[in-house]
Amino acid sequence: MTVYEAVIGIETHIELATRSKMFCACAVGFGAEPNTDVCPVCLGLPGALPVPNVEAIEGIVRIGAALGCEVVEHSLFHRKNYFYPDLPKNYQISQYDVPLCINGHLDIVVDGETIGIGITRVHMEEDTGKSIHGSEGGRIHEADHSLLDFNRSGVPLVEVVSEPDIRTPDQARAYAVELQRVVRSLGVSDARLEAGSMRFDANVSVRPMGAMPYGTRTEVKNMNSLRSLHNAIAYEIARQTQVVSDGGIVVQETRHWNEAVRGTISMRSKEESEDYRYFQEPDLVPIEIDDAWRERVMASLPELPSVTRSRYTAAGVEPSSLANLIDDPAMAELLDGAMAAGAEARTVANWLAGEVVAYLRQEGRSVADTPLDATALADLGAMVGRGEVSASAAKDVLRGVLAGEGTPAEVADRRDLRRISDSSVLEAALDAVLSDHPDELARVRAGDPKPLGYLVGQVMKATGGRADPAMVSELLRGRATPPA
Amino acid sequence: MTGPATNDPADLTIAAAGAALRTGDLGAVELLDAVIARASVTEPHLHAYLTLDRPGSRDAAEAADRRFAAGEPSGPLDGIPVALKDNLCTRGVETTCSSQVLAGYIPPYDATAVTRMREAGAVLVGKTNLDEFAMGSSTENSGFGPSRNPWDTDRVPGGSSGGVAAAVSVGSALGGYGTDTGGSVRQPAALCGLVGMKPTYGLVSRYGLIAFASSLDQIGPLARTVGDAVDLLEAVAGFDPKDATSIRGDVPPMRRSLDTGVAGLRIGVVAELTGEGIAPAVAAGFRRTIDALAGAGADIVDVSLPTAPHAISVYYLIAPAECSANLARFDGVRYGLRVDAASTEEMMAATRAQGFGPEVIRRVLLGTYALSAGYYDAFYGQAQKVRTLMRRDFAAAYEQADVLVCPTSPTTAFTLGERTADPLTMYYSDVCTIPCNLTGDPAVSVPTGLDDHGLPISFQVMAPALGEEMLFRVAAEVERLSGFDARPALATSEVLAP
Repeated sequence: MTVYEAVIGIETHIELATRSKMFCACAVGFGAEPNTDVCPVCLGLPGALPVPNVEAIEGIVRIGAALGCEVVEHSLFHRKNYFYPDLPKNYQISQYDVPLCINGHLDIVVDGETIGIGITRVHMEEDTGKSIHGSEGGRIHEADHSLLDFNRSGVPLVEVVSEPDIRTPDQARAYAVELQRVVRSLGVSDARLEAGSMRFDANVSVRPMGAMPYGTRTEVKNMNSLRSLHNAIAYEIARQTQVVSDGGIVVQETRHWNEAVRGTISMRSKEESEDYRYFQEPDLVPIEIDDAWRERVMASLPELPSVTRSRYTAAGVEPSSLANLIDDPAMAELLDGAMAAGAEARTVANWLAGEVVAYLRQEGRSVADTPLDATALADLGAMVGRGEVSASAAKDVLRGVLAGEGTPAEVADRRDLRRISDSSVLEAALDAVLSDHPDELARVRAGDPKPLGYLVGQVMKATGGRADPAMVSELLRGRATPPA
Repeated sequence: MTGPATNDPADLTIAAAGAALRTGDLGAVELLDAVIARASVTEPHLHAYLTLDRPGSRDAAEAADRRFAAGEPSGPLDGIPVALKDNLCTRGVETTCSSQVLAGYIPPYDATAVTRMREAGAVLVGKTNLDEFAMGSSTENSGFGPSRNPWDTDRVPGGSSGGVAAAVSVGSALGGYGTDTGGSVRQPAALCGLVGMKPTYGLVSRYGLIAFASSLDQIGPLARTVGDAVDLLEAVAGFDPKDATSIRGDVPPMRRSLDTGVAGLRIGVVAELTGEGIAPAVAAGFRRTIDALAGAGADIVDVSLPTAPHAISVYYLIAPAECSANLARFDGVRYGLRVDAASTEEMMAATRAQGFGPEVIRRVLLGTYALSAGYYDAFYGQAQKVRTLMRRDFAAAYEQADVLVCPTSPTTAFTLGERTADPLTMYYSDVCTIPCNLTGDPAVSVPTGLDDHGLPISFQVMAPALGEEMLFRVAAEVERLSGFDARPALATSEVLAP
C-alpha cells in the first residue's frame, strides 16, 4: 500500500496594531460604533488618495527582520482587482512581485526536534471592511440584507507566506504558535486568533512518500483557532489521501473549515479562475528603505523567542519550564533579572513555571500585579544556596512574597521557615526521636545502616522540615557508635 | 477680432480685474454678478456649466469685498470668479464627472486644489461640463449633453475640459481649472482661444481629483493670458501630504522670467509632431510663430522624438488600464446611482452598465483586457516599456533644445458629431498633447491667431520636468509676438445686447 505524506504551506495575515490605518489617518481601533473610524480614503470615496503609514512599514520590517528575511531596498505596491462589497475601491492595495521582505525562515520545535520552515515572503497590504449578512439564521445564502462596516477597511495587514516545508498538523500548529510568539515579542500586533488579528490559510496537498512533484493542492480557509488549524489540516490530509488512494483526483479549490461538521467544505469553484489583474499602484511611489533607517529598526529588535529559548536551555532551564517563560515577556524579564543578579537559572525557572504560574492562575492575576521582582528571586536563590532555607521551604517563602508578606528574609522569619543548623537544637530533637525508637537505634548500633534514613526523616518531620539533613545525619552517625 | 469688445467686467483678464478690485473701481460681488449675467445669456447656447453655485459664490464674493474694504486682499485671485471642471471634488456642491453614475453625488470634502483656490480668495462660480470621467476630446461624451464652442456653436469646445474652456472663453468665468490626462486642458484651450497649461506631474496635488488615469492626471489652469495662467497655477501648486505622488520641495518660480524674452534660447521643433496630419491652416500658423520667435532672437533647431508616433498607442493602453481600476469603485454600494437587482453582483453590473456611457465602458473593457493574465506583458507591460523609452527620447531632445514646440491640436475646432462615429479619429485629436502626459513634463498651449473660419489656432510649448519658469517665459513671448486678443463671437456686444 502506498504511504502518503502531506505538503503544507501556510499564509498568515497579521493586523498591525498601529495608531492609524495603512493609508489614512483614521484610528485603528476595535469595538467602535460601525463606520465611525472612516474617512474619504478608507471609504474609497471619489478623488481620495492613499498615503503610506511609516509606522506600518516599520512594523512589517520588524516582522521580516525577525524572520531572517532580506528587507529589500526598493519595493512596490500593486493593485489587486476584484469586486466585493466590503472592498470599497474594488481593488486592494497589496504587494505583488516586489514584496518588502523575502527569503526568511522560522525554526519550530516539535517533539524535541528543531525544524526550519522557509519564509517565502512577507508583504504589506490593507484590510477590507466587514460584511454582516442579516437573516434569522445568520447564513449567507439565507440573508435578505447585508450591512457593511468599514472600520476595519484600510487597517495595515501583513501577510507572511511560508514555503511548503510543513509536513504534519502538529508542525503546522507549532509554526503558528512560534509565529505568534515572534509577532507578540515584537510588539507590532496582539496577534489574537479569536479576534481575527491573526488569521491563517493553509495550502495542503498529498503525494506518495518520497515523491518529488507536489500533488494538487487545496487552500483551506476559515480557521480561527490553533485547534481548528490543526483539525482542518488533519481532515484535509485524510480526505485527500482517501481521494488519491481511491484512484481519484484532488480538485484545486478553496475549502472552508466548518467547525460544526468538523470537516472542510468546497467553496465556489469559479474562484480558481480568478484573475486579479495586478498592476503597479500609480497613486503610490515605490517604497525606498534606506540603510540607516533599516539599521535602526534592526537594532531596536528585541531578543527573538528562539534565541531566548536557546539561551535559557544553555543556562540549564528545563524544557518543561520554557513555554511559560517565553510566552510571557514579564516572566522572561524576571528570570533575566534574577540571572543577572547571580541566581541559578534552573531553580528560578522552576519557581516561575511552577509555584508562580500556579499562584497567578489561582488568584487570576498577572505577575506584574504582584510584588515579586527579580531581586526577591535572586535573594531567595541565595538563601537556598547558603542553606538558610530548604528547597521545599523556599516554595513557601515564594508564596509569602507573592502574597505581599515582604522580602524573602522577612517571610522566612515571620513564617519561621529558616533551616535549623543550631547543633544543640538538633541534638535535642535527635535525642527525642531516638528515645522513641530504641529498636531502630539498636539495629544501627549493630551495624545495620537501613534505619538511618528513617531516623533522619523522623527528625525532619519533628522539625517541620527545617532541620539541616546533613547535620542530622552527621549527628546520627556519632550516636550510632555505642558509647565507649 | 470678430467684434468689438464690451466694457463688461466679465471680459476682463484676471490681472485687470484684480487691479480694479484692489483700487476699488470694481467690487467682487459686482464682478460676480457680471459673470453670472454673462452665463445667463450664454449658457443656453453653450451648456458650459453643470452646476452654478449661486449661494456659495455670492458668499465668497462678499467675503472678498470685506477683505478689500479692510485693505487685506488675499492675493491675485482674491474676488476672481473661477470655473471648475466637475471632476474636482467640492464640499457640499454636486460633483458628477458628467456621469449618470455620480448624478446627485455631493462630496464631503474639497480637493486640495479647491481648498487652496478658496484660500486664495477665488470665487467658485460653478462646476463645468466634461467628457464623462474626462474621457474624450470634444465634451460630446458628457452624460448630461455636450458643451459648444463660443467661437462657433456648431463646433465642439474640445475636451475633456470643454465646459471650463467655453466658460472662460465667453466670460462666464475669468479663469478656471481643468484636468489634463492626455491634453484635456490644452486641447480645449486651443480650440477656444485660451492659454491652457498642464504642470509637471506632481506639482499640483491630485487629492480630490476624481481619477481617470492616476499616473497621467494633472490639474491645470485655463485663462485668457499667460500671466493669468501663472496666477491660477501658483495658487494651487505645491506639496500636499495627502498625495503621495506630489513633489516635495519648492515650487519653481513661474513669473520671474515672463518678460525676459527668447533671445539665445534654443527652441526645438519636433519633426514627428509638426508634419503629417496637421491641418494646413494650423501648420501655417505654427510656421508664422516659429518665424516670429526666430525674429525675436531664438535659435530654432530641428529635433526628433522617434517614439512620439507611438504615444497614442501607449496612452490607450495605460490610461484605460488605470481607469479600469479607478472606476471600479462606482458599483452602487455606497454612493451614486444604484440599479436594483436580485443579487449584489447583478446590482453592481446593472449599475455600471446603466451608469456609464459607451466611451467609459469601452475604455474600462480595453483596460481590463490589457491587464488580464496572459495579455499583460504584450499590452500593459509593453506600453510601460515604450513610456520609458519616450522619457529617454525627451531627455535626449532637451540636450539639444531648451523647450520643444509643436501645434497643440492638429486641427481647429471641429463640428459636433464629426468624429463621434470613429473613436480612433477622435483619439487622434490628442496626438500632440499626449506625449507630455506620458513623460510627466509640463506643457502649455498659447493661442496665436485664427483660421479662415475665424477659429483659434494654437501653439504648444513643452519643457523638462519642473521647467515651468522656462515654459512660461517662452509662452509669454509667443503671446506678445502673436498679439492675439480676439474674442469669440458669443462674447461680443452684438450678441450680448438685449
